[in-house]
Amino acid sequence: MPKDSGIGASSKRREDVRFLTGAGNYTDDINIRGQAYVHFLRSDVAHGKINGIDTNAAEAMPGVVRIFTGKDFEGIGGLPCGWQVTDRHGEVMQEPPHPVLAQGKVRHVGDPIAAVVADTAEQARDAVEAIEVDLEELPAVINMKEALKEGATKVHDDLTSNLCYDWGFVEENKGAVEEAIQNAAHVTTLELVNNRLVANPMEPRVAVGDFERGTGNSTLYTTSQNPHVIRLLMGAFVLGIPEHKLRVVAPDVGGGFGTKIFHYAEEAFCTFAAKAINRPVKWTSSRSEAFISDAHGRDHVTKIELALDADNNFTAVRTETHANMGAYLSTFAPSVPTWLHGVLMAGNYKTPNIYVNVKAVFTNTVPVDAYRGAGRPEATYQLERVIDKAARELGVDPIALRRQNFITEFPYDTPVAVTYDTGDYGATMDKLEEMADIAGFAERRRQSEAKGKLRGLGINCYIEACGIAPSNLVGQLGARAGLYESATVRVNATGGLVVMTGSHSHGQGHETAFPQVIAEMIGIDESMIEIVHGDTANTPMGMGTYGSRSLAVGGSAMVRAAEKVINKAKKIAAHLMEASDADIELKDGAFSVAGTDKSVAWGDVCLAAYVPHNYPLEDLEPGLEETAFYDPSNFTYPSGAYACEVEVDPDTGKVTIERMMAADDFGNVVNPMIVSGQVHGGLAQGIGQALLENCVYDENGQLLSASYMDYAMPRASDLPNFEVDHSCATPCTHNPLGVKGCGEAGAIGSPPSVVNAVIDALNSGGKDVPHIDMPMSPARVWAAMNRASATGHGTAEGRSLGGASG
Amino acid sequence: MYNFEFEQPTTVADAVKALSEEDAQALGGGQTLLPTMKQRLAMPSKLVSLTAIDEIKGVKKDGDQLVIGGGTTHGTVAREASADYPGLAGLASKIGDPAVRNRGTMGGSLANNDPSACYPAALLASGGTVVTDRREIAADDYFQGMFTTALEEGEIITAVKLPIPEKSNYQKFEQPASRFPLVGVFVAKYAGGVRVAVTGASNEGVFRWTEAEEALSGDFSASALEGLSASAEGMISDIHGSSEYRAHLIGVMTKRAVTAAA
Repeated sequence: MPKDSGIGASSKRREDVRFLTGAGNYTDDINIRGQAYVHFLRSDVAHGKINGIDTNAAEAMPGVVRIFTGKDFEGIGGLPCGWQVTDRHGEVMQEPPHPVLAQGKVRHVGDPIAAVVADTAEQARDAVEAIEVDLEELPAVINMKEALKEGATKVHDDLTSNLCYDWGFVEENKGAVEEAIQNAAHVTTLELVNNRLVANPMEPRVAVGDFERGTGNSTLYTTSQNPHVIRLLMGAFVLGIPEHKLRVVAPDVGGGFGTKIFHYAEEAFCTFAAKAINRPVKWTSSRSEAFISDAHGRDHVTKIELALDADNNFTAVRTETHANMGAYLSTFAPSVPTWLHGVLMAGNYKTPNIYVNVKAVFTNTVPVDAYRGAGRPEATYQLERVIDKAARELGVDPIALRRQNFITEFPYDTPVAVTYDTGDYGATMDKLEEMADIAGFAERRRQSEAKGKLRGLGINCYIEACGIAPSNLVGQLGARAGLYESATVRVNATGGLVVMTGSHSHGQGHETAFPQVIAEMIGIDESMIEIVHGDTANTPMGMGTYGSRSLAVGGSAMVRAAEKVINKAKKIAAHLMEASDADIELKDGAFSVAGTDKSVAWGDVCLAAYVPHNYPLEDLEPGLEETAFYDPSNFTYPSGAYACEVEVDPDTGKVTIERMMAADDFGNVVNPMIVSGQVHGGLAQGIGQALLENCVYDENGQLLSASYMDYAMPRASDLPNFEVDHSCATPCTHNPLGVKGCGEAGAIGSPPSVVNAVIDALNSGGKDVPHIDMPMSPARVWAAMNRASATGHGTAEGRSLGGASG
Repeated sequence: MYNFEFEQPTTVADAVKALSEEDAQALGGGQTLLPTMKQRLAMPSKLVSLTAIDEIKGVKKDGDQLVIGGGTTHGTVAREASADYPGLAGLASKIGDPAVRNRGTMGGSLANNDPSACYPAALLASGGTVVTDRREIAADDYFQGMFTTALEEGEIITAVKLPIPEKSNYQKFEQPASRFPLVGVFVAKYAGGVRVAVTGASNEGVFRWTEAEEALSGDFSASALEGLSASAEGMISDIHGSSEYRAHLIGVMTKRAVTAAA
């Protein structure tokens, strides 16, 4: 019998009422009296030298308040990078400055050169067109391989090359891996591209800066997944505003997917300009602007080798990846191809020898940073593709090959630094096989063939590291921040609670799921609990929401704070009932004394805390409010098995997804409906990456897929009805809720199964196609079948390095 | 968008007069022009809306042809042409989404002549006639390359005359992002022969695939197309498909259109 409230209940998302009835409060809904508007003049070339900026004509335009250029930001800090990677030679990465407005040079299409603040947005835009920039176009480097060649044009003149870092992991394993590969009975090699993506959250980015002359306080309203992080980065590193004089508010946010983690120039600009002109300043990104100013995702080019012994046991994995950083280091960019990618290369398998090499490269493109999954989809994709290729080469069943190599004993120390606390990969595979009706596939294939279609079945496993992250560990790995979370639980005199959390909800449903946990702990109705988040002024320190961490880390902080509250409440209850603390039990919203019929209601204890007439004042402070910080002792390791069935039209190359199944182990689940929704969204994005989405630059650095006319987003009609299951739960062993996180799994787990399915379909039709790069557009699939060229000028193949199948 | 004057005449004569001003621009359903203006890529000084002119709206049968007003929306064509010219109605019913179909007009589409628009294929395959405020232009003379037509400055498409075929069908293979046709093929069979028009594929815009027309005029079946392939020369090559791929799709879509029509 499903529960109707508390942990495990599919409580309806309370926040959706306001979102669906137009009552949400998004950043663009915030309009402050006297507000001015900024429009940015952005570079239309990928690389150029600014010889001069003439703003005279623009300054005379109607409504113009002030025009800012790079000069105004001399002496102001640049946008900081939050992670420093140390390379395989012990050198720290090359870290170029990232100015708010361009200083002397522009380095990607979209790089902001100047900003006009005017009374209206249209006036600001009009005046931007009147600015004359003497811009000397320079050769651009777009292709990572070209960028690393001797004598290549440098994105940053002050750096020694375009190589940000050359990372080896684990460097000491390199020799053993080489030896294992040489001694292998079989080595499967695969070169592949993890295609560059544009996140495209429904709500574009917005920033409103405000300055109170009376108090000297600055406020930034922004579309952020982590307002406290923005406050710290912008306050301490860019504008020099102490945190107590700076408030950052991220109200309702319409999707983030990683791209709203980072601190952006427009946020710093609006905060800075509001003080400079003593008026609030607002910026609202257009969709076109988002394509050239939001951090992009993925863009890895990888060669992976999988070594197997004569019994098909995996003996080694070696990878070489080129990771595109774009023109500047976005906030967490260096961590994505390294610590969020390399440490996952064991996957679900007991491969003893693993070596990962990553070369991070600067190019004249938009900065690249975390996007749903962030490094883990890239790791999963390579591994699960090469395993599938190996199974095909060896003529063995891809499921059996995986099962044979599964890690089965936990905790398990991988050769890539992390320790999986728990999991049961056989169980999710069993569940998947049942869901996928593998026995019935042959008949379904026959039916497809009768219609002239090829049918393929692809499966894959995944593991991810979520619940980011133990601060002491990430500190050693180069993080310039702690990754704990905090929460304050405030009980009101009438028994209701407010939970102030550093986690931020921008679609995840925290406002519903978090109260379910508290309701379960106390035994009260969920409606008595309110979640407050997104405002540095009324929440404790927070590190925000990304890496599927909210419930595992933020939820754990909330549980710890609630435990403190309950412990104190028990003392009050003990006093009221003249019993010992140790004998007090809390159940169904009432405190009772064990072994007696004495009982006092939750609300009466709360009232006593705030009206302490009959209260142990000598031992206990009045009030009922506690704060807790929670720093996880390990990552969490959600895992699962996915399957995809496709039909391929052999005449056109068009792929249709017929079935998509996901069996996930997320540990304990608080709200199954929300978890299913998270998986559905992730699957849609993973399928988008596999079939549709492609961010393409031409050789001059012009973005060819700069609008929805050319950048294909997945739509409902591209997707089947998803079949998802999360009943195979091995609870996390090290956080109080036993939860692992579910936000990214769908996007991590789905691309390889889609590609594996298409390859399976083509092979069933007698087409010996070993690999097709994503997105598997009809043109690419047709070309792969016919050994022809898929696309014309300016393709991703032209931009990327190796591996592409044309 | 830049500021502009706006006029909404109710007769063709008044619209022609309004369009005689320099930089005045006719506005049909605005499905291309308005986004272009929002991006500040077009800056007409005056927009002359054609949406209030009743005399250029509607679908009516006139003997063996269908006469469709230039201001008729795709949605109306989809509904009102379905009995007499199902191939055309089918094409109209799949342009864009409902919002586009309720605003976009046949005249607007033909005047713009986007190389990936659907309607040019229907007009050309039907051997139709474009009727303007001042003359009639045969379809074969009307299309003059990508975004180029025989229309003069300020000339308004008041109607399109389409001979009703015995059989017809339109097949489009959608570009994954825009869902405009990567290749669209309209096949129309008349007593006097078969016409095949291809949109989306060529750098020159819509064109007739005459080899297929000849083959199909003798034998209106997909098998008549066996061994026939369109040349990749002059076909569009971009991030969504090479010229070879587009040429290949012309063959596939033509066969499918013939099969669906037969």
